[in-house]
Amino acid sequence: MEKFTLLNGLVVPLDRANVDTDAIIPKQFLKSIKRSGFGPNAFDEWRYLDHGEPGMDNSTRAINPDFVLNQPRYQGAQILLARENFGCGSSREHAPWALEDYGFRVIIAPSFADIFFNNCFKNGLLPIRLDATQVDGLFKAVEAHIGYQLVIDLEKQTISAPDGTVYPFEVDAFRKHCLLNGLDDIGLTLQHVDEIAAFEAKYHATQPWL
Amino acid sequence: MSVQTLYDKLWNSHLVRQDADGTALIYIDRQLVHEVTSPQAFEGLRLAKRTPWRIASMLAVPDHNVPTTNRAAGIADPVSRIQVETLDANCAEFGITEFKMGDIRQGVVHVIGPEQGATLPGMTVVCGDSHTSTHGAFAALAHGIGTSEVEHVMATQCLVAKKSKAMEIRVEGVLGRGVAAKDIALAVIGQIGTAGGTGYAIEFTGSTVRALSMEGRMTLCNMAIEAGARAGMIAADDTTFAYLKGRPFAPEGEQWDKAVAQWRNLHSDAGAVFDATVVLDAARIQPQVTWGTSPEMVVAIDGCVPDPASMTDAVKREGAERALVYMGLKANTPISEISIDKVFIGSCTNGRIEDMRAAAAVARGKKIAANVMQALVVPGSGLVKAQAEQEGLDKIFIEAGFEWRDPGCSMCLAMNDDKLAAGERCASTSNRNFEGRQGQGGRTHLVSPEMAAAAAIAGHFVDVSKQ
Repeated sequence: MEKFTLLNGLVVPLDRANVDTDAIIPKQFLKSIKRSGFGPNAFDEWRYLDHGEPGMDNSTRAINPDFVLNQPRYQGAQILLARENFGCGSSREHAPWALEDYGFRVIIAPSFADIFFNNCFKNGLLPIRLDATQVDGLFKAVEAHIGYQLVIDLEKQTISAPDGTVYPFEVDAFRKHCLLNGLDDIGLTLQHVDEIAAFEAKYHATQPWL
Repeated sequence: MSVQTLYDKLWNSHLVRQDADGTALIYIDRQLVHEVTSPQAFEGLRLAKRTPWRIASMLAVPDHNVPTTNRAAGIADPVSRIQVETLDANCAEFGITEFKMGDIRQGVVHVIGPEQGATLPGMTVVCGDSHTSTHGAFAALAHGIGTSEVEHVMATQCLVAKKSKAMEIRVEGVLGRGVAAKDIALAVIGQIGTAGGTGYAIEFTGSTVRALSMEGRMTLCNMAIEAGARAGMIAADDTTFAYLKGRPFAPEGEQWDKAVAQWRNLHSDAGAVFDATVVLDAARIQPQVTWGTSPEMVVAIDGCVPDPASMTDAVKREGAERALVYMGLKANTPISEISIDKVFIGSCTNGRIEDMRAAAAVARGKKIAANVMQALVVPGSGLVKAQAEQEGLDKIFIEAGFEWRDPGCSMCLAMNDDKLAAGERCASTSNRNFEGRQGQGGRTHLVSPEMAAAAAIAGHFVDVSKQ
């Protein structure tokens, strides 16, 4: 997993609540047996005017000029600003894979769905919860200033805005450690292999039918 | 702690270790596997030269991509076919039990687990699918996980987790005629919203829940994720045990008796404290119909499409306005005046035998309306299909004009050929009415099996409780 430490990135505002993982990556792209290459189909149904299918040459498809990600001022954005309950619905990890492959490293929203939130950390993506008023303020600022960037410092747990405002954010200590160091959970868990084996033996002794 | 919730009991009995910040390793009893969210996990294992920790804990089935007609011809879509073949190859390589497409035990992963007795009370159950919450109906701690976690559980038999808060949703009283578990689920989501359960594990309690069959309880727990909760659960009781006894993966003889004795403790203790409690009166729940693009956009059958102009919250209002445009609906339209093009009866929410019976009871001796272009009945498993055929339900459906299909996820998420065309409107017993869920531009109204069958006959939504 790619490390995350400090990011100075362009922000794109996606102004709708309850963005679900079906919207982030539609089901037809879930047929892939790989975990890369989903970026061109992130938000496929909103981003293109035609119906997308796996294997299409996305560079020749007609894009929807009204969709915010397609606007020239937001090209190269690495920070996605979103509304409540972002990532609800399906547990598909293809959603964070698609966002990461598109180029995002940070998502800021007032709230996230649990499974999506969890999946982000496994893929070098940092989801940040800010309160709804702060998020509202950021939406206004992004829309008012072309080229609006934020500095995300994971070590210090701060978001710094161009006007000097600093927004502190919360992040789980274990997840922060993994992101800062690009650590894979499995390797960490396997450090406890004896504890797991001991638990398992005792557990199965009391419930032999399992 | 002497007084515990069911969630406390399940959490504590699987806790391998816990760090000071609350990050824990939870032991996993059962991992269910399907073709969509597993290939990358198997590939990860291979790349790291790891093997699954406990093969016997895994049970695999292809369901999302499988065709529901003409299976003898195989899977026509080459991309889908490769995904199913990849599951077959991975299961063969690691020695994992798999119910392949031709197996009568094949079906939707959340239907076959309980049907086989592979889901048992007191278990922790995971699957790379958000509707894993279904299995909580058996007093199990069951939740959906991402593919990285699928790989993690394969390699370590554990999940890294932090304990959620506990929410009690208590439903008391007797459900009215024609009101189903699905209506309870939708009414709950209508009340608390799709993020209302975020950060919580939900336990459904109360006399109404106790009176539900296992099929109804599964429908309720299945939709916990649509309320934002990763896990939904219901205490174990005689209904649970009666359902499980004699199933292939369930214990037998003396082991069964010992297991039941332990399982009887799987309930929240009297006086257990929840972080939040929501109470519903069953008598006030009517058949529900969603009108928008989120399961919380729901009203009772005698209601109308709401008017966004009357909504004070700006985010909600904009969401409703966008939903009405997508759904092609006008504010204040009575729900009963919405006519439909297609019907889908099936899915992990409502693809069990009881759902088939409920829909067939409405369809018996009737014909689907002329404006309904297609009405699919997709049983949740090969065994559900066989049972339904033994009861003659297939004939009732076929005579009424429904198509009787082979088991799979089908039009719930439309990864196979069963999908809506743009603008088509569907009465569906599935779980999500998101934009494009049943096909790009398709318009989904979530309902119970009874309501879907009644809509198929009438050509528009009707109140089954008044029929």
